[in-house]
Amino acid sequence: MKWALLVTVAVLALVASVAVGPAAVPLGELLRSDIVWNLRAPRTLLAFLVGGSLGIAGAGLQALVRNPLADPFLLGLSGGAGLGAVLAIALHLSGPWALPLAAFAGALAALALVYRLGLIGGAALDPRILLLGGVAIGAFAAAITTAIVSLADASELRNAFLWLWGGLSSASWDAVLVIVLYAPIPIAVLLAASRPLDLLALGEEPARYLGADVDAVKRRVYLAASLLTAAAVAVSGVIGFVGLVVPHLARLTWGHRHRALLPAAFVGGGALLAIADTLARTVVAPRELPVGVVTALIGVPVFTLLLRRWTIA
Amino acid sequence: MNNMTEPLLRLNAVRYRYPGASSDALAGVSLSVGPGDFHAVIGPNGSGKTTLVRVALGALAPLAGSADIDGRPASRWPRQALARLVGVVPQREDNLFPQRVRETVLLGRYAHLSLWGRERPEDHAAVMRALTACDAQHLVERWVWTLSGGEYQRVRVARALAQGPRLLVLDEPAVSLDLQHEMGLFELIRGLVDTQGLGVLMITHDLNLAARFADSLLLLEGGRPIASGPPADVLTQQTVETVFSWPVRMETVDGRPQMIPLRQPKESRA
Repeated sequence: MKWALLVTVAVLALVASVAVGPAAVPLGELLRSDIVWNLRAPRTLLAFLVGGSLGIAGAGLQALVRNPLADPFLLGLSGGAGLGAVLAIALHLSGPWALPLAAFAGALAALALVYRLGLIGGAALDPRILLLGGVAIGAFAAAITTAIVSLADASELRNAFLWLWGGLSSASWDAVLVIVLYAPIPIAVLLAASRPLDLLALGEEPARYLGADVDAVKRRVYLAASLLTAAAVAVSGVIGFVGLVVPHLARLTWGHRHRALLPAAFVGGGALLAIADTLARTVVAPRELPVGVVTALIGVPVFTLLLRRWTIA
Repeated sequence: MNNMTEPLLRLNAVRYRYPGASSDALAGVSLSVGPGDFHAVIGPNGSGKTTLVRVALGALAPLAGSADIDGRPASRWPRQALARLVGVVPQREDNLFPQRVRETVLLGRYAHLSLWGRERPEDHAAVMRALTACDAQHLVERWVWTLSGGEYQRVRVARALAQGPRLLVLDEPAVSLDLQHEMGLFELIRGLVDTQGLGVLMITHDLNLAARFADSLLLLEGGRPIASGPPADVLTQQTVETVFSWPVRMETVDGRPQMIPLRQPKESRA
């Protein structure tokens, strides 16, 4: 029942996202319209894939760092990706893939640094250090980013600023194809870790005694969730709150068993971002809001309601 | 491997020292637990009891000596295979997310599930069997956070039993339980040993309960074995007074030694 509802919402979100836009396309011509095929369809699909990736990565990371407030971007990836993207803008790197690749490289650099910090106490990844290291690396990267932006000229500044708040306006079938080929592996790794993640909620020692290979699971989940987030941020910029709010909404409905929770967070995240992107490009048409603004405007009120529930329960 | 004469757990002259520590946490400790054995490890705080459990379960590898489970070095067991043989009730655990009793006991079945397979009817049956064995079947739909301390310990023992183990390891299971629940828990464990042939290794600071229920005791002090064997051989007045630095009087209840701590005369108090 709840699955049927979620899938229905997701399908409606995708259909609405394709059907609605600044340019009026008559319903009867939707399937024949160039605007739909070349602009809206890839953008809708990309929004769904990016939102889904952020949702499932957030759910996995919350279980890994044993902190319900974890967000895929809390681990320093957004800072690294932002620095990469702003460098690409400041250095006038051209070509359709320059910006995504630079952002991806920045995210990977941050990922490697935070991962190395997480191993600081020995061979086993320490989730507390991951969190603290992520915040520190993120802040450091953001400082350098701001330094570069402050020296840039006005148009570069605007581009960089918009990128940092996320957007899907550069969506293309190529980008969709890249994500479709890239995402299944980290997603499969996360799904395969469902049971050990359930055990990890009891703590590392109890999880080990119940049969989880804890150290390997922590490494796999961190790398899979981070690589997924790095790809998402490369094609769409920093889109906040999807990876934080969606797993919590999914937990309310699906409980805490990751076998059901992780797929629900993927579909829910995809639906939410498809809806948010539709709003981002229609409410101030013909101009566009960065989609991160919309997710924050939706996400923050929802999140405060969740916090209320959290403190009552 | 399933040779009946092979003990489930065998520690032989184990020595362990934590990295950077100036003395051994365990020095020459030996121990053997077979099916139907209830073995208790006692000793003052910091005597190495928890380190012994970690070595026994393969979480730490001994620097000298050996720690074998079912004839195989404990630290070489894959965790999932080990979880099907040994159920553990650790001293502490958290519940990051709210859970019902049924769900938390079902976690004990994870070692029996394949990577993508879902829980089978036999897993749910094992959960109910384990809860019934712990007299906790009526709690199955309760939220874990609504349980009393005694109920929660029963549920945690049930989760370890749901693993279908031949050896059960408990680390201070009766801490902070009142008399009724403390005695109830020890009766439960003793019953599992007698009726199901389970081997039990229990860490406890409660000398009297250990002497009352266990078949054999191992007394540790500063990582060294002071005495081991049947309770009557281990818990003598002289041994207890030496190890715990407190005067006691010994009595015998049900043929088991019980110690009663004495008040110290005023002039000898520190």
